[in-house]
Amino acid sequence: MSHYEAPVRKPLVTGDKVYKDVTEDIVRPIEGRANKTWWIVFSIALVAFLWGLGCIIYTVSTGIGTWGLNNTIEWAWDITNFVWWVGIGHAGTLISAVLLLFRQRWRMAINRSAEAMTIFAVVQAGLFPIIHMGRPWLAYWVLPIPNQFGSLWVNFNSPLLWDVFAISTYLSVSLVFWYTGLLPDFAMIRDRAKKPFQKHIYSILSFGWSGKMKDWQRFEEVSLVLAGLATPLVLSVHTIVSFDFATSVVPGWHSTIFPPYFVAGAIFSGFAMVQTLLIIMRKVSNLENYITVNHIELMNKVILVTGGIVGVAYITEFFIAWYTGSPYENYTYLSFGAATGPYWWAFWALILCNMLVPLTLWVKKYRRNIIWTFIVSIIINIGMWFERFDIIVLDLSKGRTPSSWAMFSPTFVDVGIFVGTLGFFFVLFLLYARSFPVIAQAEVKSILKLSGDKYKKMREEHGDDVQMYNLPEQRPLPDFKGMVEELEQKNEEVRDEKGELIESLLLKIGDASNDNADDLKRLSGVGPALEKKLNQIGVYKYQQISKMSDKEFTILNRLIDAFPKSKSRFWSGEANILNQI
Amino acid sequence: MSGYTLQALYADDDHLMKAVRETRDQDHHISEVYTPFPVHGLDKAAGIKETRMAITAFLYGLVGFGIAVWMMNFMMIEDWPRNIGGKPSFTFFQNMPAFVPIMFELTVFFAAHLMVITFYMRSKIWPFKQAENPDPRTTDDHFVMEVETDKENIQDVAEFLHSTGAKEVDLKR
Repeated sequence: MSHYEAPVRKPLVTGDKVYKDVTEDIVRPIEGRANKTWWIVFSIALVAFLWGLGCIIYTVSTGIGTWGLNNTIEWAWDITNFVWWVGIGHAGTLISAVLLLFRQRWRMAINRSAEAMTIFAVVQAGLFPIIHMGRPWLAYWVLPIPNQFGSLWVNFNSPLLWDVFAISTYLSVSLVFWYTGLLPDFAMIRDRAKKPFQKHIYSILSFGWSGKMKDWQRFEEVSLVLAGLATPLVLSVHTIVSFDFATSVVPGWHSTIFPPYFVAGAIFSGFAMVQTLLIIMRKVSNLENYITVNHIELMNKVILVTGGIVGVAYITEFFIAWYTGSPYENYTYLSFGAATGPYWWAFWALILCNMLVPLTLWVKKYRRNIIWTFIVSIIINIGMWFERFDIIVLDLSKGRTPSSWAMFSPTFVDVGIFVGTLGFFFVLFLLYARSFPVIAQAEVKSILKLSGDKYKKMREEHGDDVQMYNLPEQRPLPDFKGMVEELEQKNEEVRDEKGELIESLLLKIGDASNDNADDLKRLSGVGPALEKKLNQIGVYKYQQISKMSDKEFTILNRLIDAFPKSKSRFWSGEANILNQI
Repeated sequence: MSGYTLQALYADDDHLMKAVRETRDQDHHISEVYTPFPVHGLDKAAGIKETRMAITAFLYGLVGFGIAVWMMNFMMIEDWPRNIGGKPSFTFFQNMPAFVPIMFELTVFFAAHLMVITFYMRSKIWPFKQAENPDPRTTDDHFVMEVETDKENIQDVAEFLHSTGAKEVDLKR
């Protein structure tokens, strides 16, 4: 019962908030109007998206030859971008699922947006393999369906097919996890919406969520189980992405540390993207009291840990490449040959962005510096893009046969599609920020007394068992006894009126009894429920129904809820025939 | 026509919890509580059974796993065995290591989606469903407890609810 949290923990919600304030702060961006900055950024993103769309149309209509690929390097920007976007997606699931299992309450302020980012990023990622097929209208060939020549099936031994299952499971499970969490928040917007259109939309989106106690109980259990399922799922997704490389025999790809190292790298880059987005969003949407400097510092700590894992993996790869003494290994993406070869700039970009710059976050002052965090997050995003570029292009460029060594240079189409996905991502995120509750308000409210600074101060001053509410001003009780009597009298009147109607009806069509009742269900539109209601009135036989006219049907319509008036006009005819059989 | 339901409105979760306990101690029947966020311990205090959603998820996961095993065995071993890069494909168990990722993915896929669909069905929530909370404030910062009573005791129960500190007491129509 008591809301106790160690006083040494810093409050997760600042600014003396009570429940009402949480509601107001979170709906403000939705109920207000977009400002000029939003429109400018949105326009830029939209133009980038349309440019990318043009490049995709050009690729599909002309062919993959419009890209910079060649015989040696047949994967480059496309797969780099694919892995980069999938990796970014991982932070959202990590925050909402893994941190839920670890009961880290600070996730509540950021999980909604991080999950939105996940879904939007995975959508971008999914585009690349589909475009890379060259004939995207045949994309359904990756599904396990027999082909037209007989029943030749897809190849379940291929990691590329595992990817299809992993990414689609990941996208769809993330989507339902996110959406289920949104229901109570949509319900909150629905119940305070003033414009009918807005009310209607949010009422559909909220699925009629009412906040009943049983629903909340199920909601919490479903969230927990989904978190338990999503945690191994998120680890499996990037593991399987790394299998695309690790199960091949290309030097530099054929590496057993790829799965854990890819997962750590994915979380590393994903958290960087969360920082980039949320540092802007907390400012634009005035959410500094919910996404505090504390939250930013905690995310920086996750970046430090995962960045450390990635750094150790780099060093291991570099060491092993040298230690094997194999000449092929000297040209892998982390080797002396790469550091001094024609792609030296890509190698050093990787080392600088992913290993050196994040080291500054060991210093508390930099970890809590918002501007510096923002800069570091962008640098990590760039670095992680280079990591995938290095793995793919550097390793392919100097394979086992020196005669086929080649360089890769992207065309404007390669760049254009990448820029287009960035635009698409920001279009989606900006629309989300203006129409969705960007913080899981129901969850934040559930920890407000535990970790809000108003309540923490209260406990500090008055002890842990302080009563954290004021008794409300009570409305005087109405006379319920009188109300109930009035209600019953009204019901009585209605019943009397009904009795008169039934009497007049039976006078016309004649009495009957249950003894040899006909099967009224054979009349059109009559089911067991309606038959029962007709029986209650005293209608049992076809003969009675055959005597009915419009007037009697009108009476039935008044007596029975949801009476099928349109179908009843056939009844007297049908009853006549049934009566003669 | 004998049953009536009273709705008591509270403005705080601790206050609500206190009222729920007092109401149960007085042997009144709480038929429903509407809250804007999950109030921890409310389900136990109000005496509702534990949910079985997790069990359904486990069963659905088994279904997904079974479907994955059946599908890959049928397609890769029985219907059209193929030699792909010399990987053994003569029996299911020889080829099994390559099937593990998809077995896992389909287990998760079925468990997650079917459990969420079960949740929506059991709680009767879906698009175009009309909300049933009695007061729009119950999705914001207020709490409603519904207590069942009959005509004879209605005034007594209402006075009891008033004495628990309810902000408003109403008759459910």
